[in-house]
Amino acid sequence: MSKRVLLIEDEPNIIEAIRFILSRDGWIVETHSDGATAVAAVGKKRPDIVILDVMLPGKSGFDILRELRCDADHANLPILMLTARGQKKDRDMAQAAGVSAFMTKPFSNSDMLDAVNALVSEQRVDLTVADAPRDE
Amino acid sequence: MPRSALTGTRIRERRSLEGLKQADLARTVGISPAYLNLIEHNRRRIGGKLLVDLARELKVEVSALTEGAQAPLIDGLKNAVAESGAVQYPIETDRIEEFAGRFSGWAGLVVQQREQITTLERRVEALSDRLAHDPFLSDALHEVISTVTAIRSTAGILNNGGDIDPEWQVRFHRNMYEDSQRLAMGSQALVRYLDTVGKVDEAPNAPLDEVERWLASTAYALPDLDVDTDGHGAADANLDADLVGASQSDLLTSPAARSMAARWLTRARADAAMMPIETVEEVLTTRGPDPAALAQRTGADLAAAMRRLATLPPAEGRADLGLVTCDGSGTLTFRKPLDGFAPPRFGAACPLWPLYQALLRPLAPVRRVIEQMGQPPRQFLAYAVCQPVAQAGFDAPEVVEATMLFVPMDAATAALPNGHSLTAAQVSGDVVEVGTNCRVCARAGCPARREPSLLAMEHSSS
Repeated sequence: MSKRVLLIEDEPNIIEAIRFILSRDGWIVETHSDGATAVAAVGKKRPDIVILDVMLPGKSGFDILRELRCDADHANLPILMLTARGQKKDRDMAQAAGVSAFMTKPFSNSDMLDAVNALVSEQRVDLTVADAPRDE
Repeated sequence: MPRSALTGTRIRERRSLEGLKQADLARTVGISPAYLNLIEHNRRRIGGKLLVDLARELKVEVSALTEGAQAPLIDGLKNAVAESGAVQYPIETDRIEEFAGRFSGWAGLVVQQREQITTLERRVEALSDRLAHDPFLSDALHEVISTVTAIRSTAGILNNGGDIDPEWQVRFHRNMYEDSQRLAMGSQALVRYLDTVGKVDEAPNAPLDEVERWLASTAYALPDLDVDTDGHGAADANLDADLVGASQSDLLTSPAARSMAARWLTRARADAAMMPIETVEEVLTTRGPDPAALAQRTGADLAAAMRRLATLPPAEGRADLGLVTCDGSGTLTFRKPLDGFAPPRFGAACPLWPLYQALLRPLAPVRRVIEQMGQPPRQFLAYAVCQPVAQAGFDAPEVVEATMLFVPMDAATAALPNGHSLTAAQVSGDVVEVGTNCRVCARAGCPARREPSLLAMEHSSS
């Protein structure tokens, strides 16, 4: 079964490019552009990984990240955050809110692919470890 | 004759004018010629009986030898010390007067450079503030970075070869074309915007400084205010904005300063309409520069009367009066300095000022004799009152303004007609010893001190 990614981003041409790159790599790419309803969209679509832009209409990426982490369902969901500013302050804030990885715009396509794939394989490893006691 | 900088220099000038020899003058006042020579070269402090004796021998008032032009230079040097922060070598703060007297050119340079440094620091602050908080800049950068991100990603796809559906290829080419146009527009807007930084609103000085320099250029009085007192001079805010705009004064460069100047003009015009110059002159003759008398005579409020008295056009025999106002936060919003009482240009003022005592008790007028530290100490009669400025209704926040008029003590007493004098009853309490700003005030044991003085506590023993 294909891995599913939810891209939360409001720039149409960035969406189009990322969708193309990830689709060609075998991902099923779904998109969402409104910050205000983003948390609900994650709940409904249940992606394997979320790519989350910081500057969104309706609600900031930081707030969305915090809300997702507050929900036990999404506590371990890999979230890759995109921001136009690579400032330390923003990184610290994202880290404190529980981001899985961080990527600064503009990024190269191969960086994006590597980051997404790395997050998912890490997640698999984590799940195996987490699942181990239960399997006994 | 222009009065020169320092007491010693003035003694020397006055002595040569009188045709006295140094040795002769020294003998009559009972000191050695060498000591007088040191005094005349500002290398020894002078005061007390010796100064009185010298003044008598030179046939001048003591004040003619001690007061005046050196104050701004010495104040400037004190401020330079206060704002210097950590210094490599200790500063001889106890010899400021000697320095100002013996090297007035260098001292002037120090003061001028301090002002330039302060100006530059404010500019840097304003610019970094702008970079950090400017919403337009932040939006514009975000736009540019977003577009660059889309272009980079799309170009990467097209450049990577491999199988790309022709339909997708067309689409990506179109996206890139659109984004490149957006980028061009966005970056142009950004360049245009950055071009204006430093030109508008970025005047080297705070708007209040500009307004004050503008007012100082007309001795704080606008003569045309008093031409028209038959009602046609009524305040008109739009008219005043036009007037200030049309004046194209070099001193009012920023829009903020022009708007503040227009507001000031509107209020001054309303004050003048309420208190015509003839009435003011009558009150001055019969009651002296007393804002309460003027207010009672005209029905104006006390603060308006204080403003009116402090901003009258200069005239023969009319004492120059100082004025400060502050808002509810204590921030000074207007400063008209007097020789011997210069409100601080930066930072907070002295909390002992009657201005702040009035701020504590809105609508209760305060009158005090205050003494500014200095050589010699100067006394002023200060009137202060705090009044609401906005009648905005019951739910609005309370906005107040405190106003303080300060009258040099000699003017306060000299101006009084026969039979009137300032009695203890008129002035409640003792003389209040005040300063301007803690950092440049050496008053020892002050209960209101915020931070240690950077000047030597040279007066603590006396």
